[in-house]
Amino acid sequence: MAVNLFYFFVFPGLLFVAVTGAFLSWFDRKISARVQFRKGPPLLQPFYDFFKLLLVKETILPKQGSPMMFLMAPVFAVFGAVMAGVFILLPLFNITTGFKGDLLVIFYLLTIPSFSYIMGALASGNPLAAVGGSREMKLILSYEFTFLLVIAGIIMKCGQHFDLYTIIQTQQSGTPFIGSISGVLLFIVGIFCIQAKLAMVPFDMPEAEAEITEGIFIEYSGPAYGLIKLTKYIMLFILPAFLIALLMNGFRLNGINILWAVLKVLLVVLLITLIRNTNPRIKIKQAMSFFVIWMNLLAVFALVLIAFGY
Amino acid sequence: MGFKNFCFKKSLWVFHFGGASCNNCDIEILDCLTPKHDLERFGILLVGSIRHADVLLVNGSINMKDKNRLLEIYNQAPRPILVVAIGACGCTGGLFADSITFAGPVDKIIPVDAYIPGCPPKPEAIIGGIVKLVNKK
Repeated sequence: MAVNLFYFFVFPGLLFVAVTGAFLSWFDRKISARVQFRKGPPLLQPFYDFFKLLLVKETILPKQGSPMMFLMAPVFAVFGAVMAGVFILLPLFNITTGFKGDLLVIFYLLTIPSFSYIMGALASGNPLAAVGGSREMKLILSYEFTFLLVIAGIIMKCGQHFDLYTIIQTQQSGTPFIGSISGVLLFIVGIFCIQAKLAMVPFDMPEAEAEITEGIFIEYSGPAYGLIKLTKYIMLFILPAFLIALLMNGFRLNGINILWAVLKVLLVVLLITLIRNTNPRIKIKQAMSFFVIWMNLLAVFALVLIAFGY
Repeated sequence: MGFKNFCFKKSLWVFHFGGASCNNCDIEILDCLTPKHDLERFGILLVGSIRHADVLLVNGSINMKDKNRLLEIYNQAPRPILVVAIGACGCTGGLFADSITFAGPVDKIIPVDAYIPGCPPKPEAIIGGIVKLVNKK
């Protein structure tokens, strides 16, 4: 029991993912600033933002709508993100849980933050938040199936194993899955799915700040918004970590390999940041057809390649 | 209290309210966020919703119709909120002070923490005003 609480709250759980995610959020903002020839924020900026929202600002409850749901939604979001983080990071740090089938649990837990955002947005009673919520719903409908196809490809590649630990071990004893044509295709599809899950720029219609003024988060202020920021930090760390576990050999924690593990995470985040900085926001219709037609086609093509052994 | 205040100073999120402005101040405010001046290095961000804001920037002359909107925005802001009046119109009414639709400078409607005069103020003046505001807090 104590060790489970330690897993949840301290080491791969809340504290670790929050601190690492905050650092990655700084990295993301700094790289964006460098791309735009700016200097960018200081290293501790995400911590200042979070503690300001948590300690200084007040939370305003909307007059219409349901205050209970409105306040519980960020808590659910943090819970889902941390839970998914624990399930992803335990195998990555070579701690076996003995849980066969955690891949599907991770897949479901990773959708909890998005669903909580929708519930919170609809509970706020703001029309712009409702628009954002409906866009987020459409986005989930379009990318979830594609993400499932990516996971299905990985399961086929490692020989019908449903647990992340075996997948990482298979890659570490052989070659990483990205070293084949199908692996590269799955990586491309996976990176776009992560982009949509993080709601980063080509797919940030739920929180488009120019047209619907932060959309789903419009009514949040103070500690509740701080928890949403925390969820965003955590997701920015665990989704790249999940992709690394699935395709890029996982982490090895001895000697120089620790540096490689850090560099792998930074590389995936860098790729996401560059996509976000070089693309405009697309319409929700375009995002749906992008995932439902093109990305699904690419993923199915990768699955066919895997079936033929490439 | 020291830690709270420090975090607040280090991460000011700005919401921009433009009254009946001639757009010069708006352009100068946006100029502060461009690569040359880059206010993000001090943690200042432009946010889209008043619920996330720590600083309310008001520029332009406030006329009869803007008055209610400004009050509404100010009442919806989460406390603590700082108000900065930018430009001659925001501070005193400027050229429009004698107009029949003028509803008083910003400090007649809501309490103002800092005034940045100029028509329009330079981006350096806006940054200087923000620095003074932060040090006053």
